[in-house]
Amino acid sequence: MIIYVLLTTMAVTVVALARLQNLFAAVVLFSVYSFLMATVLFALDAVDVAMTEAAVGAGVSTVLLLGALYLVGGMEAKPLARPLLPLVVSVAAGGVLAYGMQGLPAFSDPQAPMHTHVAPRYLEQAPKETGVPNVVTAVLASYRSFDTLGETLVVFTAGAGVIALLRRRRKRKGAGDAR
Amino acid sequence: MRDDLVLRVVAKLLIPFMLVFALYVQFHGDYGPGGGFQAGVIAAAAIVFYAITFGLAAAQRLVPERIVERLLAAGVLLYAGVGVAGLALGGNYLDYFVLAADPAHGQHRGIFWVEAGVGITVAAVMLKLFYMFVARGRDAGDA
Repeated sequence: MIIYVLLTTMAVTVVALARLQNLFAAVVLFSVYSFLMATVLFALDAVDVAMTEAAVGAGVSTVLLLGALYLVGGMEAKPLARPLLPLVVSVAAGGVLAYGMQGLPAFSDPQAPMHTHVAPRYLEQAPKETGVPNVVTAVLASYRSFDTLGETLVVFTAGAGVIALLRRRRKRKGAGDAR
Repeated sequence: MRDDLVLRVVAKLLIPFMLVFALYVQFHGDYGPGGGFQAGVIAAAAIVFYAITFGLAAAQRLVPERIVERLLAAGVLLYAGVGVAGLALGGNYLDYFVLAADPAHGQHRGIFWVEAGVGITVAAVMLKLFYMFVARGRDAGDA
């Protein structure tokens, strides 16, 4: 029940976000949206994901977006034309997703393929095999450690990419001499 | 915001607890919710809070960019190194069972170091992104 209240609040947040012209308020609403999302995940018993969403989505990305706003100014530029195409694309994509969701198994259906494949083995064997009570950690860091290595590499690559793009040139005077 | 007394006092009170909480999330991730990703972000958030309150220069004295850049790579290398350690001890890449005499203990050890690697890289990347964005803004302001 609480999930529907939260989801409705999230929908209201998104509509308000789309109508906002003030980017500062938009960033704050993004943060609110992330906190609501974290609460939904918490209500769904996905505590680890909720924690990540609260820390990354609502915390650090808000700070980074505010830092970006400091560079570009706080008001949205007036669009030259009324952009209809993005609206059509996003409504169509949303419609396809909603249509696809009809084919998903019901929430927490024990017969869902997700719960009959490897999940039972993880739940039964993980505490014995790894000695780690939190199965999420066991799956993330042990059974799927190649995936997590890949994720860490993605984070590293993203950081290295931003450094390569934004690094200030140290040798300003030297460069002037060379020219 | 450097002149705001309330903010400065609250920051000094809160930041140690934020860092300890990050360590708790990092090392208690085996037993409760949490792990490297979350802990890294929380640790970076504590330093970001410090930077917002006391200024970028003070934060960069506390955690120099040079170190942040080293840590960025060190975390990935630590993670990959756990895999190599598995190879060296006669197992497969990222095989934790061979890391200790008792297989479950080996798993525990592997997960510990792998999560530490994730935490270090995530914290360093988040902090580095913040440093770069803020430093760029200061450049634009000077010009």
